[in-house]
Amino acid sequence: MKWYRWLAVVPAIGMLGGVPFANRVTPYVLGLPFLLFWVTAWVVLTSVIMWIIYVLDRAREPRTERERP
Amino acid sequence: MNPALLLIGISFLAALALGIRARRGHPMTLEQWSVGGRGFGTVFVFVLMAGEIYTTFTFLGGSGWAYGKGAPAFYILCYGTLAYGMSYFLLPVIWRYANAHALVSQADFFVQKYESESLGVIVSLVSVAAMIPYLVLQLKGLGIIVSEASAGAISAGQAVWAGSVVLVIYVVASGVRGSAWTAVLKDILILAVALVLGIYLPAQLHGGYGAMFADINRAHPGFLTLPRTGMSPAWFISTVVLTTLGFYMWPHTFGSCYTARNENVFRRNAVVMPLYQLVLLFVFFTGFAALLEVPGLTGTSVDLSLLRVTRHAFGPWMLGVVGAAGLLTALVPGSMLLMSACTILSKNVYAKLASPEIPEAEVTRLARALVPAVALVSVLLTLRGGSTLVKLLLAAYNVVTQLFPALMLSLPNRPIASRQGAIAGILAGEATVAALTLTGATMESLFPSWPAVITDLNVGIIAMLVNVVVLFVVSGLTGRRPTVPQTAL
Repeated sequence: MKWYRWLAVVPAIGMLGGVPFANRVTPYVLGLPFLLFWVTAWVVLTSVIMWIIYVLDRAREPRTERERP
Repeated sequence: MNPALLLIGISFLAALALGIRARRGHPMTLEQWSVGGRGFGTVFVFVLMAGEIYTTFTFLGGSGWAYGKGAPAFYILCYGTLAYGMSYFLLPVIWRYANAHALVSQADFFVQKYESESLGVIVSLVSVAAMIPYLVLQLKGLGIIVSEASAGAISAGQAVWAGSVVLVIYVVASGVRGSAWTAVLKDILILAVALVLGIYLPAQLHGGYGAMFADINRAHPGFLTLPRTGMSPAWFISTVVLTTLGFYMWPHTFGSCYTARNENVFRRNAVVMPLYQLVLLFVFFTGFAALLEVPGLTGTSVDLSLLRVTRHAFGPWMLGVVGAAGLLTALVPGSMLLMSACTILSKNVYAKLASPEIPEAEVTRLARALVPAVALVSVLLTLRGGSTLVKLLLAAYNVVTQLFPALMLSLPNRPIASRQGAIAGILAGEATVAALTLTGATMESLFPSWPAVITDLNVGIIAMLVNVVVLFVVSGLTGRRPTVPQTAL
């Protein structure tokens, strides 16, 4: 497996592994209690991380395959 | 007629018209009826998959849990997100295989991989068993919406009957293309409604999100964090893991991934779809805003909170718009579920068990004939009541997630599990789910003296462990490969 694909486990570890530590109301971030902010931030980061994997995957694919409908 | 009911009625007629229009010009073969002829492009698949994911569960159930339980509701935001991450790797593999073998249903996948028709029948029955509570959830939602919109003039029970008739007409008339077009309409409407409610209500009633959460934290200390015991972080994490694994095990989600034009669709979706999850925030905000505004809903009536606060803050017209969006969110996944369940029962159970080959036309006819029957069973179960929307879905997830180990172990070119192992694992897992559900067992009742970190775990973990252990033991005894050599090498 290509090394960067392991990035995909980061959201699971960050989002869930952080819950016991992020389980608090303060500080409020963007008006959200901290736990909700934590989870929300990881939703956005998941998208970012998957985008990075997607871009790296595309760069490795031969052009002919990429252009195929 | 009151304006709320009027708007809801109009939206139903619009959905029906779209459904019937979409069918015109397409001959209705079984493949046409259930996977839309494999001709959908990126945008359409995106909408279709999003449409299935935004259901009565997220709309009414999500706000209901935010209202009734607080922070534990945040799990809903997590599992979809992590499942999309998983889909980047999982769905292309499934799609490639399904496309190469012209598979139509989820059970076909197991049949082909394990070369076992009986496994296909078992998977089919399991998936139908899981879809029924999911369908019940949609009907319950329809009942809640119509009953609230009529200000109690129509009882929830009557509304469930009406809603299921509506669903049956819709499914028989339109099939999957109807779902896709209505999903377009629904997604626009639900997005608008969720944003309006989730932005306007906290601002209007509390003066912004920060102020609203501070008010809630003052009135209900501890509501915005997970409790130390019960729905604790251990519960949260185990529930998210189980539901993430189960996310694509639903036959309608699994089957709708067959409709993609190419596998890149899934990779792009894995990037974009987590962001779509953020819409859930606004549903939570609405539930939280309702908490201080329309207090006093308890038990299963927490699912009413979104509609109550809408009527309270805006009056009947807006309730009609929200109800219309809610009707569509029940109709789209409800029709998908009903259609999948009937196709599966007809094609993957009846046709496989009947001895002579049955012509496809008859299988299609039977699938349609089963629609009212399956709807009726669901109505009767709905009227028994007793669970919140979220509880219903969690129960259904315990059933469907049992398919995950056998699916994953079938993905390598040489399946890691044997046919007998897969069958034994699934049956043992489901038997455990049934036993746990019927006895109402929790980790705490099973292991009373263990620490809270263990006793708070979602009890579905036990069924999963039993499943995996049995699967490996039986596979070890019967050999890793299917006993019949693969013919398609």
